[in-house]
This record gives sequence, structure tokens and C-alpha cells, in this order.
Amino acid sequence: MSILEVRGLTIALPPGGDRRHAATQVSFSVDRGEIVCLVGESGSGKSVIAQAVMGLLPGALPVAAGEILLEGEDIARAGGPRLRELRATRMSMIFQEPMTALNPVMTCGGQIDEVLREHTRLSPEARRARILGIVREVALPEPERIVASYPHQLSGGQRQRIMIAMALVLEPALLIADEPTTALDVTTQAQILKLIQDLQKRHGTGVLFITHDFGVVAEVAHRVAVLRLGELVELGDRDAVLKRPRHDYTRMLIGAVPTLQPHGRSAEGASEPLLRTVGLGKTYQARGWFGRGREVRAAEDVSIEVRRGQTLGIVGESGSGKSTVARCIIRLIDPTAGEIRLHGTDIAGMSASALRPLRRRVQIVFQDPYRSLNPRRTVLEAVIEGPLNYGVPRGKAIERARQLMALVRMDPGSMSRYPHQFSGGQRQRICIARALAQEPELLIADEAVSALDVSVQAQVLELLEDIRTRLNLAMLFITHDLRVAAQICDHVAVMSRGRVVEYGPAAEVFGAPRHAYTRALFEAAPGRHFAFGAA
Amino acid sequence: MDRESAWARVRRNWPVRIGGAVLAALALTALAAPWLGTVDPTLFDPGSRDLVPGRLGEITTLDGEIIKHTFWFGSDSFGRDIYSRVLYGARVSLAVGLLAALLALAFGIVCGLCAGYLRWLDGMVMRFMDGLMAIPAILIAIALVAMWRGSLATVVVAIAIPEIPRVTRLVRSLVLSIREEPYVEAAVALGTPTRKIMFGHILPNTVAPLVVQGTYICASAILVEAILSFLGVGLPPDIPTWGNIMAEGRPQFNLYPHNIFIPGAFLAVTVLAVNILGDGLRDTLDPKMAKRV
Repeated sequence: MSILEVRGLTIALPPGGDRRHAATQVSFSVDRGEIVCLVGESGSGKSVIAQAVMGLLPGALPVAAGEILLEGEDIARAGGPRLRELRATRMSMIFQEPMTALNPVMTCGGQIDEVLREHTRLSPEARRARILGIVREVALPEPERIVASYPHQLSGGQRQRIMIAMALVLEPALLIADEPTTALDVTTQAQILKLIQDLQKRHGTGVLFITHDFGVVAEVAHRVAVLRLGELVELGDRDAVLKRPRHDYTRMLIGAVPTLQPHGRSAEGASEPLLRTVGLGKTYQARGWFGRGREVRAAEDVSIEVRRGQTLGIVGESGSGKSTVARCIIRLIDPTAGEIRLHGTDIAGMSASALRPLRRRVQIVFQDPYRSLNPRRTVLEAVIEGPLNYGVPRGKAIERARQLMALVRMDPGSMSRYPHQFSGGQRQRICIARALAQEPELLIADEAVSALDVSVQAQVLELLEDIRTRLNLAMLFITHDLRVAAQICDHVAVMSRGRVVEYGPAAEVFGAPRHAYTRALFEAAPGRHFAFGAA
Repeated sequence: MDRESAWARVRRNWPVRIGGAVLAALALTALAAPWLGTVDPTLFDPGSRDLVPGRLGEITTLDGEIIKHTFWFGSDSFGRDIYSRVLYGARVSLAVGLLAALLALAFGIVCGLCAGYLRWLDGMVMRFMDGLMAIPAILIAIALVAMWRGSLATVVVAIAIPEIPRVTRLVRSLVLSIREEPYVEAAVALGTPTRKIMFGHILPNTVAPLVVQGTYICASAILVEAILSFLGVGLPPDIPTWGNIMAEGRPQFNLYPHNIFIPGAFLAVTVLAVNILGDGLRDTLDPKMAKRV
């Protein structure tokens, strides 16, 4: 029998939205011991469905039709008290952000204990034994110490393990995991995915796994449900859906997943490097009022070079120092050691006024398209701001902005609008146009496609590649995503803890990684052994 | 936040409409006071002392002419018309509220922007503001009025000064978070001069919380002005303000409570309207407080 059966679930959206329902006639089931992945891009309604199952829907989004059967009981119509009984005992949920999902002023043990106190009549000793048992089971070291720790004393991966322990301590029949590894680094993600699979096998739990990442789907799913704008477009076994997708939308999504194979284009860069860093370093010194403060080495001894017509990728996990390097190069922060040679001129220690004429040569596109544009300025003002700063007459700047909008495949007529009227992908195109308006020689893309849905990501990557070739730019591409790096980079520098641990042509680094960290990184890439069949 | 719809939301908001309407009515009344059946608020007549509201009496004009006049709100112990004084007093209250808020905002914005964006100024500016905050507001006001004697300008400055540190802190904290926004960093990378970044990129994004803060300053300024006048350290007693009227009514409160109740009611309604307006603006403009579906 199915643990969870969702039949014809329709969830209404408040009137005045872009569509009438957050979910329309969605039906699927989760069996005992099965992992079902709910996949979709942002706005597909996947999280809303998870919330509906947990009975956590906000009042503005009522269940309009259909039923949600948890072990045969319709919980779409269950009242608050009944839902509270069911949560944690029969179904539980883990969330994307383990920091905000845990109470920062309660110890981890205390938070697990709360679940036990609420739902069982165990004695304090029995509860303590149970807590230590589950903490041991989620493979946390030194359970006694972990149980007495506060969330901020643990790493992101450890916090997510605590969340999982809390969710599974009462052995629920259904576990809902809403993007549980999206906020984690790739190596941590691999461990958490493994843990969820292990526990699920051992306890026979049914798992509803929500994700946008097809690599993760390939790694964990037994069955896959693909959602698009609230409608279920395809449902089937993992291999059937990923290798022989039937629906056009699924095919498009899977086709947009970048492969881990380097692109293999020959990128003949110019002979002279445009930009070279020599022993670049950035040390943060927290100066206290009393005595010496802490020293944090964000980047150390980084020596890289980029030539025109080439893309250098800097790959690394969070905290590896890759963004620090980018921000030093564009001099948003001042490096504390080493040189940054642009055309041979060291700009590392240059004063603001001496730097000013050189600023236009290096431009940057940031990660978050929703925060990269001033919400109070029109797109036109954003794109012409740079040229106006350097004395280009307004008329000429506008003319150029029109050409650039066309270049990034946007309608030049939409330039009088404000950023909020554009989607994330469109905004990122505007940011690219804004950077190109300065006619730069080096374009830095700092996680520029990381916040985008996979289909949009593919388009923006293609655009960046096209622009780089057409304008013969040098590109510095910062990313945590190996697939994206393989897609676009000619050379790759792998960073870990502020240092470059491996540096070379993409084909070599991807083909035969030499450094142990690089190998670990590749090993952790989800779905690396899975051949997506979009053919 | 949506730019166009923000304004539309403000106009649809009921607290904004109610508070705005009351204030508009008060402002119109204050401006049109000479044509609303008032007499010169400084005129007095010993024959019409301590009249209860609604009584008919006589009053002597500056030319020595005696005219019949209905004392709608009664008269005080000099025989002055409270109705006229309250209406003319509204001018002072509203002007003080508005000017003090504008003055505090102007100084606070400049100080806050400098402290928040030019980090080398931060310590100096903020320690000065800390010092200013440590002095009780009423003491500053009394000292200033004692130094420069009471006039509208003195009172406005005296009320605005203690508010400046609060605005500075608010602006500084907003600037500190906005300066980390990628669009500001992008502007730096585009070679935009510091001055343009401060006033072109950062300042416009602080407007919404500042408007809200401005209404609260305005409300408190109106109250403080009344307090100063009541204590006799505000505007001189010959200028009608709500505080002055109440101060003069205080000795005879037991016999003629209208001398205090009527200006007090106007004061309360005005402050309430400003605060309601501020709450409405906060709900619609301040994204952190906005109610979401």
C-alpha cells in the first residue's frame, strides 16, 4: 500500500496572480521504502505541494480540490490538532536552510527532545538514550558533545544531520525533504544524500524529495515526477524519465543539464596574458579593542592568468576564496599581498584616482539578478550609467545601449521599464549589457548563472560564450558548479581554503585530476555516473 | 518593491487616507483661520473674561472699536477668544511639526550617509551623535530658548536637534546594508563617483523608511512644542499656541476646564492623525513591515 497518495490535488492562488492555481490536478504516490523526486523549476509549485502534504499551507493558498491520503487518511481535510499528532510521528519534513530551521537559542539535543516530549511518554533517561541513538545513526561524531551544542557551533552539513535526526527520531512513515542539500557544498551534499538513502533503506521510510537538480535526481530517485507551472507533466521510473523522457518539457530540461565533460573546443587565446595575478592574497584582520584580533586568510598566493578569447574558471566550494579573488581583481576590495597585472601594469595598490581610467577594462556580473540592479532606476539608466561616467554623450550612450540590448537578445524598446518587471534570466542579460557598455576587455562572471533555473542557465551560458567569442573578451568565470565549469571554461583553477590547489587546461583538470581535493570534488558531483539521455 | 504600485498602495491604504484627510482639514483650517469667524487672537476685553463656550460677548479691536463676538470655545481670564487662539495655534503646531521633521531629516540624512558610506568619518560622527543623545531633549530646548529667546526658529531648532541622532542612526544602518548590495558594487565597478553613488544609488533606496520616520518625528515635535509652551520655555505667551493656551488655562482648570480640554483635544487629534498616517505609510512603503499574502 502507498504511504502517501495524492489524488487530483488543486491548490488555489490568490486572485490577481499570473495563474489561477499553484498546483492543478496533481496525482502521484509514494510507496514504502521509495524515494519519489518532485522536480521542477522555480514557480513550478513543488514546494507548495510539499507544504500541502505537511498541512503547512498559508491561508492564502487553500486546497481547492483533491485529496492527500497519508496511510489512507485524508489529511487535506484534517484539522489542526490531528495534523499536529501526525507531524513527526507519521510524517516529517526537512528544509533547505538548516541554519534557519533550527532554533538558535536551544541546544540540538533540546530540539530533538522537544519532539519526544511532545509525542511520547518516555522517561527522561529513555528520551536521552533515544536522542543519542538517533544522533549516532545520522553519523555525527561525539554524540554527547553534539547534543549539548547550539546550532551555530556546528557546520552546515552537521546542522542538516540534526534536522534529519529530528525528523526521523519517531520513525515516521513519510519523510518530506524540500531541497535538503541545495544550501550545502557539493562534498557535503554527497554525504547527506548518502545518509538519506541509507536511513530510508534501513527504516523503509517513504521519501518525497523535492529538488531542482537533475544530478541529485539521478543520484537518489526511484521514481520522478516532473512539474511545470503547477501541472504534473511526466511521472515514471527514474531511468525512464531521465533516459527516455516523453514530454517535450522534460526533454528540454534534461537537455539543458550541462554535462561533466569539458567542451573540447580549442580556445586559442592571445599570446600575451591580459590579466595576471602574482601571489595575490587577502587577509582579513579583525582588530579588537584589546589585544590582537583574529586573522582570516581569505585568499593566499593566488597566481592565475587570463588571455583574450579565453575563459578561465575558478571552481571551489563556499569559503574557498574564489569570490575574494574576483573582488580583488576588480578592486572592490583591496588585496593585502601580491600583484594584479593588467596589460603588465600592477593595479593591486593603485589609488582610486589612478585606477579610474582602468576600471572600464574590467567588468563584473554578479550572482543574484534580483539585487544586481538598483530597483529605483530604469534599465536604460542602468546600462548607460557606465558610459556617462566616462564622458560619453547621452545620445551616443543610449544608441549604444540599444545595440547592446539587442546583443543580449532583449527588446531595446523595454529599456524604459524598471528591473522588477523582468524575470531573473532577463535581469542577468541586462547586467551583462550593463557590463558590456563599458567595452571591457575582461568580464568577470561571479556565479552569474548559479541563481537561475537550469533552462535559463543554459541560455545565459550560451549568451556569455557567444559574446566572449564575438567581442574577443577574456572571461573569468567563478562557479561552484563543476558541470557549468565544464561547459564554458578553457582553463580551470580549483580553489580550496584560499589556495589554488590545481590549475590547468580544462580538459586535463576534468580528464585526469591530480590533486586529491579535485578528485573528491568530482567524486561528489551528483549524478556523475548517470548518462542523461536527451537524445 | 514595485515603484508604481507602491504609490497606488499608499493611496488605497485606509489609515493613510484617514490620517491624511484629518491633517489636510486641520491645515486648511489653520490657513483659512482669518475667514472662519475669528478675531485677532491677541485681542482681549476685560468685560468678556472667563466666558463658557458658545456665549455672546464683546471684544475691543486694536482701533478701540467694540464689536459683538460669539465665543464658540469660550474665553480665557484675559477675555481672549479661545476659538481664534486655537485656530491660529494650529498654524504654529503644524509648522513646528513639519519644519522640525524636515530639519532633523536633512541633517540626519547627511550625517548618516557620511557615517555609513565614508567609513573613516563613522567613528567621529557616531560618537558625536552618542553625546548628543545623552543630553535630555527638554534640557537642550530650555538652554537654547534661554540663549536665543523664544521664536519659531529657536523652537524648531531646539526640537530638531535631539531627533538628529536617531535619524542618523537609522540612515547609517540603512546605508550599511545597502552599500553591500551588488548594484552598489556594480556602480563602483562602472567607475561611478562616490558622490553619485551616495546620492544617486543609496539615498533613493532609503526614502521609504525615512518618510515613515519623518511622520513620527513630526508627531513628537508637535507634542514637544506643546510641552515647551506649557512649561513657559517655548514661544512667548502672546503668540497663540496650543501649549500656551493650556498653560494659561491651568490655574483655573477647576472652574473653566474648556481652556485646557479644547486645545488638548486638537493636540491629541493632530498627533493621532500623524501617527495613523505614519503607520499606514509604514505598512505600504517599508518592505520589511509589509504584510504579505
